[in-house]
Amino acid sequence: MPEARVIPLDGGSPARSRRAERCGDIGPDGKRCRRNVVAEGHCDVHLAELQEAQAQAVVPDWEQKLAGTLAFLRRRVTGDYPIDDYGFDADLTENVLLALLRPIYEKYFRIEVRGLDNIPMEGGALVVANHSGTIPIDALMTQVAIYDHHPAKRHLRMLAADLVFRTPIIAPLGRKSGSTLACNEDAERLLTSGELAGVWPEGFKGVGKPFAERYKLQRFGRGGFVSAALRAGVPIIPCAIVGAEEIYPIIGNVKVLARLLGLPYLPVTPTFPWLGPLGLVPLPSKWIIEFGEPIATDEIGPAAADDPMLVFNLTDQVREVIQQTLYKLLLQRRSVFF
Amino acid sequence: MAAGNSRVVLITGVSRYLGGKLASLLAADPTIDRIIGVDVVPPRQDVGRTEFVRADIRNPIIAKVIASAQVDTVVHMSVIATPFGAGGRTAMKEINVIGTMQLLAACQKAPSLRKLVVKSTTAVYGSSSRDPAFFGEGMEPKAQFRSGYGKDSIEVEGYVRGLGRRRPDVDITLLRFANFIGPRIDTPLTRYFSLPVVPAVFGFDPRIQFVHEDDGIEVLCRSVTEHHRGTFNVAGDGVLLLSQAIRRAGRVSVPVPSPAVSAVGSVFRRAGLVDFSPEQVQFLEFGRGVDTRRLREDFGYEPRYRTPDAFDDFVAGRGLTRYVDPERLAKAEHMVLSGVERRRVHA
Repeated sequence: MPEARVIPLDGGSPARSRRAERCGDIGPDGKRCRRNVVAEGHCDVHLAELQEAQAQAVVPDWEQKLAGTLAFLRRRVTGDYPIDDYGFDADLTENVLLALLRPIYEKYFRIEVRGLDNIPMEGGALVVANHSGTIPIDALMTQVAIYDHHPAKRHLRMLAADLVFRTPIIAPLGRKSGSTLACNEDAERLLTSGELAGVWPEGFKGVGKPFAERYKLQRFGRGGFVSAALRAGVPIIPCAIVGAEEIYPIIGNVKVLARLLGLPYLPVTPTFPWLGPLGLVPLPSKWIIEFGEPIATDEIGPAAADDPMLVFNLTDQVREVIQQTLYKLLLQRRSVFF
Repeated sequence: MAAGNSRVVLITGVSRYLGGKLASLLAADPTIDRIIGVDVVPPRQDVGRTEFVRADIRNPIIAKVIASAQVDTVVHMSVIATPFGAGGRTAMKEINVIGTMQLLAACQKAPSLRKLVVKSTTAVYGSSSRDPAFFGEGMEPKAQFRSGYGKDSIEVEGYVRGLGRRRPDVDITLLRFANFIGPRIDTPLTRYFSLPVVPAVFGFDPRIQFVHEDDGIEVLCRSVTEHHRGTFNVAGDGVLLLSQAIRRAGRVSVPVPSPAVSAVGSVFRRAGLVDFSPEQVQFLEFGRGVDTRRLREDFGYEPRYRTPDAFDDFVAGRGLTRYVDPERLAKAEHMVLSGVERRRVHA
């Protein structure tokens, strides 16, 4: 049709006679597109845009999910997924492990997270938090909080006790979800390679303390985490977790049996072991996780890691910040469960 | 650079795969005058112009060979990992520890000796739940050793250090290799991954590091022809999880509860398939990683194969039948997706 119109108007130059059809689509600036048509009345750029939009509009959501799931399963079955040096399996963590924890985070403990902007977008940093709850669920929830709500979707690399790596089933899950052994070598290595590491320096003293001592910070280990942060020159981010103390209130500890089983403690709670497996269901407390202002260590210098007095003081400072934040949050909390 | 120094090289364990490979590589180097290979059986592979001496390193003959040939470089690589070929654990320990003592005693008495290269293993770090993710050369093992390859290697390294103190003029290169893998080499682990059904310890999934055989030989060769005093971990970059490795080999893994592992292990041992010593079982529970910074920075060698690549090369090179075939899986996936798409288009 265009040729029928063009030829009688201008029989002169062939270039003009073959004047191509313009695309004419209206661009984002409101002007008509002046590029030549390649097919179906659109220029190459707009045609590609249109096709992409069509493809996206037509393929239903469940089909994309199915494709994603199938690709994930194929990767798992053939072992075609990357593992980092510590055994962290990002593919599994993002697609399965965090997805399993998310409902617990959002629906069960209804966790409110504050101060996420204190966590840097990139580079090494050490999150130091209080430990509680009989079973270290608080660590997992902190991991979910940072991955789901921090704009950079960072993975928290947890530094865990050797009990984790000694226990069947837990051991591989720990490594795959990004944990590694809480020792100076690993902490330093993680931090210097720019990872976000998390440490709970109270350890078993914190997680297994009686209910009467809730929200009273225990001794902060030997301050190894401070020297690791100093050597790596990364900031320490204090983190206070409120709500985890109430999930399994410890009212007793069967020390003899714990020693026999090689466990650090064997808790007795109002529901465990009296209700059997039902006693393993945590109480649905309402949690708040608050990240405090980073404490910079790069100005102090790595040499300070060998100065025990400085390390002790810095450890106390971090501990004091977390304790004060805990008191503040407890005052703000309306009730344990709401 | 130090090629002028290396003229007469003696290799122990020359009839084994790595020894033979090293001998043939050195035989191609014109700066080395003589290569003497020592072993109890003649080499099966081509070792070039290497002169073979049939001797046991526990035998005093070895001292005479070193003295009469004016050997200036000894490469000790006859520490064995499994009791299979040796005929039992006692004989294995005898060969490893007593053999090394005899060899080093001969070395100490040889004024011509300038360099000693020892092939050791990262098994000296053991495997335990209290291990750091990566062992540096200066770290001590956290695991308890009862017996086995790791224990032997620790003792061997102890004697090597002893020689280093008594003969400070001798350059000692101690190479701690991760598990060897590749299309040609035969190790307990390559046999393990070749089993149609691979037993794993229930509830554990260790991290494993591999060194490709080509990288290993290259590092050994450079230790002889160049100067690298010190201890070096040798491993490919990255790690594989055991479960992942089994999947990459297309095998099926069977979890065996840890108390039953020794029983299952003895069945395999009797069948002559794979060695499941307590040490090996610990490795299958906790795995091991070593830091190779020193190899890169001080030794100046960058392994060509990363751990996963080395393993893939092993799977491809052996022509292992992948019971779980990735191509067929991909085809099935494609079929499902295109079927769904066709239904949508027609609807």
